[in-house]
Amino acid sequence: MRKVSLDKLDQLFAGIASRETLYLPVDTAAGAKYEKWAEGKQLSDALNTVRSPKDFFFPQTENLMDFKVEGKKIEIIDTREESEDFVIFGVRGCDVKSFEVLDRVFLAEPADTYYKNRRDHATIVSMACLKPAATCFCGTFGIDAASPEGDVVCHKTADALYLDAKTEKGEKLLAALDSLTEEADAAPVEEQKSLIHERLAKLPLAGLKADAFGSGKTDEYFDAPEWKELSESCLGCGTCTFVCPTCQCYDIKDFNTGHGVKRFRCWDSCMYSEFTKMSAGQPRLTQLERFRQRFMHKLVYYPTNNDGLFSCVGCGRCVSKCPIQMNIVKVMKKLGGRANV
Amino acid sequence: MFDTREPLIPSVGVVTDIRIDTPDVKTFRVVTPDGKKPFDHRPGQCAMLSIPGVGEAMFSITSSPTNTEFMEFSIKKCGCVTEWLHSMEPGQEITIRGPYGNAFPVDTEFAGHDMLFIAGGIGLAPLRSVINYCRHYRDRYGKIDIVYGSRTKQDLVDYQEIIEEWSKDEGVTVHLTIDREQPEWDGHVGFVPNYVKELGFSTDKIAVLCGPPIMIKFTLAGLQELGFDKTQVYTTLELRMKCGIGKCGRCNVGSKYVCKDGPVFRCDQIDELPDEY
Repeated sequence: MRKVSLDKLDQLFAGIASRETLYLPVDTAAGAKYEKWAEGKQLSDALNTVRSPKDFFFPQTENLMDFKVEGKKIEIIDTREESEDFVIFGVRGCDVKSFEVLDRVFLAEPADTYYKNRRDHATIVSMACLKPAATCFCGTFGIDAASPEGDVVCHKTADALYLDAKTEKGEKLLAALDSLTEEADAAPVEEQKSLIHERLAKLPLAGLKADAFGSGKTDEYFDAPEWKELSESCLGCGTCTFVCPTCQCYDIKDFNTGHGVKRFRCWDSCMYSEFTKMSAGQPRLTQLERFRQRFMHKLVYYPTNNDGLFSCVGCGRCVSKCPIQMNIVKVMKKLGGRANV
Repeated sequence: MFDTREPLIPSVGVVTDIRIDTPDVKTFRVVTPDGKKPFDHRPGQCAMLSIPGVGEAMFSITSSPTNTEFMEFSIKKCGCVTEWLHSMEPGQEITIRGPYGNAFPVDTEFAGHDMLFIAGGIGLAPLRSVINYCRHYRDRYGKIDIVYGSRTKQDLVDYQEIIEEWSKDEGVTVHLTIDREQPEWDGHVGFVPNYVKELGFSTDKIAVLCGPPIMIKFTLAGLQELGFDKTQVYTTLELRMKCGIGKCGRCNVGSKYVCKDGPVFRCDQIDELPDEY
């Protein structure tokens, strides 16, 4: 375990940034967001960023390839470029877990090389959540906000930042910062963990259980009458899918620049009516069906295909951002029955 | 790093021949720029074709894997990409990637069995691949019956191949039907599901169904009336797709992705899926 006193944080960031690009959450008028660190940028104390860090690996829009079209001839141009090494600093436990959820989709054979490239070059420095919020429910999915995963795990106390390397990548990063940090006793970290656990236990969603969901529960919930009431007010705006760290559906579209064609990948949403619309028909005609798809996927289909792992990490972004205050917590409470009342 | 192939990056294909099958179906022959078959496939598998700037879409590969020279796609005009394909001339380059999906179990479950193929309209496209595969390895299968129907005689895809090749094969019987009477037709008239029941097949065979959802539904019911079990009946599903490799999320039905877990499903397996296809 290493530590650095808080008044030397800038030096630590400069040290990291001298080796590789450093991104960290900073406060902006629109809430906390990840930005490239530069002299003077302060680490935000906000519990979490408005947008999840999935953009680092699965950007909202990305150029997949280009085409040169001349008469009847087509030339395919591979526009992929090797990513630079980068560090994402201050990732919360829920968001770190979301990377595993995304990995199981994008790294499954055949692997998505765009995603893999960035993932391979990233070092994740996570941060324990000293002040979890009322919208947090990571514990429901077995995530410990006091001991997040990550290459390096940080705990920020009143006077110091404690850093603990958990992987080879993490050890490499800390070794390079050796002169900026000092050997530390783990006691303050253990103390903070206990405090966080006490706080987590008092959260309003602390009792939310996912046990009623998981692998093979399709028949149990698919035709549940509750979907009607739950989905009735859904606007189909897709905000939940965009702020969600684990939503990974995408669209592929071409754009003709006049000098050639660029093929893009963009985030898409199963909440949109166009998502499944074909010339031959539309398998999900109503918002109820689209709404149901999103939650069935997170709570049943994904776990069925991924050893029981849920495709929700309890970050609470959808809970705070949905314009009609509908969210996965309400869905779980309503469908999950007695255990969650 | 980028020695690794990116599955979303296609290859160039050349459309060397375009055959007009029906008023709204054309069959496109595709090879690589140096004249070879784009890649190997198994019967029932699909490929992504695209016209840069227009879009990319998934099509079943109509030609049999036993054809080693080129690939064929029978495509109905019904959207942006297909309209563009229908308007182009031979020699045009397109992009192609694949193959995608599972395949008909031609070398396992189908082997040694009598086969009953039932198709409606453009539904013959994915079946042509497996029919021609079974014809090629004729001694591996028993008797082959093909029931094929369309709205009119002009809408029957591959009519020439059916009459001149399939009907003449030993042990292959073709039963054609059209929805309504028309002057130049002296064959059967009526919908496919009813025709199948009229023909009254014995149940010691495997049935493969492909066509519009409504036809599949009624034909399956008809087969069950004849005594077929759902485990003897195979079909293919069609959903919107973007990636073809189970990542973009579009063709997700229950815990399955039609692009990689399908498009071929046994009818009892379909029963396990939520009704969203």
